[in-house]
Amino acid sequence: MESLQILERVKNQFGDRILETSGKAPDPFVVVDPKAIVEIGRFMNEDPELAMDCLSNESGVDYKDRVEVVYHLFSYTHRHGAVLKVKLPRENPSVETLENVWKSANWMEREIFDLLGVNFEGHSDMRRILMPEDWIGHPLRKDFVEPAQYHGISTVRESPIIRLDTKKK
Amino acid sequence: MPLLNTLPDYVLTTKTDELLNWMRKSSIWYMLFGLACCAIELMHTGGPRADIDRFGATPRASARQSDLMIVAGTLTLKMALRTRLLYDQMPDPKYVISMGSCASCGGLFQLAYSVCDGVDKILPVDVYVPGCPPRPEALTEGLLKLQEKIMTERWLVRSPNGNGKQVAAA
Repeated sequence: MESLQILERVKNQFGDRILETSGKAPDPFVVVDPKAIVEIGRFMNEDPELAMDCLSNESGVDYKDRVEVVYHLFSYTHRHGAVLKVKLPRENPSVETLENVWKSANWMEREIFDLLGVNFEGHSDMRRILMPEDWIGHPLRKDFVEPAQYHGISTVRESPIIRLDTKKK
Repeated sequence: MPLLNTLPDYVLTTKTDELLNWMRKSSIWYMLFGLACCAIELMHTGGPRADIDRFGATPRASARQSDLMIVAGTLTLKMALRTRLLYDQMPDPKYVISMGSCASCGGLFQLAYSVCDGVDKILPVDVYVPGCPPRPEALTEGLLKLQEKIMTERWLVRSPNGNGKQVAAA
């Protein structure tokens, strides 16, 4: 099935829970209601026509006015794929976990939490995955300010090696 | 007549410091410790083609048996604390080679939030080997430079700060 047909099928099933549609190549997507993401995910996973048996990627994006979580789904049975998105507020972004639908969501959601601070409700193990456990802040957020030091290790490189961001006159 | 000329041929004379240094430089055991892509070149350097075993350098799997730490790769802040711990576990006299741009100054990842800009922020470094990554020949050269440095050390005369290492790095 083509990506657009998949999204059309999802739209027929859920109607008003689908907030936006984009048909642009190469990856058409739908923006869905964050409250319905588990329901929609489970439908796409279990429906024999779609059979999305693989959550190949889950990622987060900070757009300054909102945070988006993007789900790339794929079906090994039918060799087709589709993209879902949810839009979240930047203050305390939170969405329900898809861990119970696709097990692979576990670590990817931990990564999104670690780097963007999105809280996944119902996640079995909501900890940082990449950064040290005592790290403060979520480094891929646009408002993240790099701390001057970490455990006494300065994060600024002094002379003699010139910093790469220093503009030459 | 000088004493030297009266000794038989099989007796060699040298200085204690030089004897100690010669023994130490001839068996620099380095720790098996790779952080990133430089570790691949480090493995090559220990392999049959570059073969730093010629100079007595052989890999050890434990920090407690190592004389040399070759910091091979990008040092993240998370790893920096562990690296310091490993360095503290090594017995004296111990040496550090900073291998590649990342270990020397953060390299390409200098502006990244998670990268420690140079291993010399946490450890004293004896030899810097530039390159991204350095070729095995370059790392071998670094080891030879370290051997030269070891030969200049004086052990019988203590330095004012108490340790035997005369050339305090960083």
